[in-house]
Amino acid sequence: MKIGVVVSEGPYTHQAADTAYQFVKAALDKGHEVPRVFFYHDGVNVSTRLSVPPQDERHIQKQWTALAQDHGIDLVVCIAAAQRRGLLDENEARRQGKDAHNIAEGFRISGLGQLIEMGIQTDRLVTFGD
Amino acid sequence: MSDTKKFLYVNRKPPYGTIYALESLEVVLIGAAFEQDVSLAFLDDGVFQLTRGQNTDAIGVKNFSPTFRALGDYEVTKLYVERESLEARGLSEGDLQEITYEDEDDDWEEKPSIRVVSRAEMAKIMADQDVVLSF
Amino acid sequence: MSTLHTVNKSPFGNTALSSCLGHCLTGDAVLLIEDAVYGALDGSAMASEVKARMGEVALYVLEGDLKARGIDAGKLISGAQPVGYDGFVDLVTEHDRTQSWL
Repeated sequence: MKIGVVVSEGPYTHQAADTAYQFVKAALDKGHEVPRVFFYHDGVNVSTRLSVPPQDERHIQKQWTALAQDHGIDLVVCIAAAQRRGLLDENEARRQGKDAHNIAEGFRISGLGQLIEMGIQTDRLVTFGD
Repeated sequence: MSDTKKFLYVNRKPPYGTIYALESLEVVLIGAAFEQDVSLAFLDDGVFQLTRGQNTDAIGVKNFSPTFRALGDYEVTKLYVERESLEARGLSEGDLQEITYEDEDDDWEEKPSIRVVSRAEMAKIMADQDVVLSF
Repeated sequence: MSTLHTVNKSPFGNTALSSCLGHCLTGDAVLLIEDAVYGALDGSAMASEVKARMGEVALYVLEGDLKARGIDAGKLISGAQPVGYDGFVDLVTEHDRTQSWL
């Protein structure tokens, strides 16, 4: 089955991104397809490549990047939510005249239409938030 | 199976204290372009999103409540509001904004978008969807 | 046609579980995850409300979240079924839609 996933809370403060990660891993292990994960609200903060958690803690962004690369998951970060919260990819940084960009490998910034499209194209949609 | 799916946006949080209500509305507006069968549900504290007379001047946050009145132009015409949630908060339908749409199948007659439903009816509406997005 | 409802907050400071129980229909399943696992504790102030829907609605609790919080399965309301993340996935696919009570 095709399962779409929404993550709508930020990392470390809320468990949502961790639960979503365990869920996606389990779904893939069972042979389901997870074509896309959509990050919304504070969930966009998962995508920053500048996060440096203590060594003995999980690195939430790196976990997602690795999972996406191993399984071809499209990690989409909502552009409107991202821009509010200071998350920019290289293109957006240039367009907005900013001196830095911070989106991690494996994530891409796109519009809310990607969320609706995921709802249309998958068999199930599961939201992790708070 | 048709190409159209039933999408329900579930709103259970009040406006302004957190961003969920505003960002939910942003999804609804973008989603309208996809021509799906869209309904909005307002229950629990979500009913506060629709109240009249919101004025955010003093808090420095954008008042997005007028946007609900524009939903008809996006062909979003089904706003289900739970009666029990209103009553539990001392509200009645008269405390909510008047939100209407022009019914193209009925000579563009102006009709109310807000439909106050019982909790039992709301449960059935929820169970009738293909995709449920919660905010 | 049935729905999987997920709840992630403790019912002792938040109404999500109550609202969920008030809206789920016979044949639905409720899965308690994260802090909502406290809602499955037997003998709690929430237990009677949860038990009142059991029979019509199946109650599941995410095992990892129980263990993380030091809750022994023996402390749960009778009939509450612990499941792993793989069980979570099965519940999602077995029901027609998933509704998250955020």
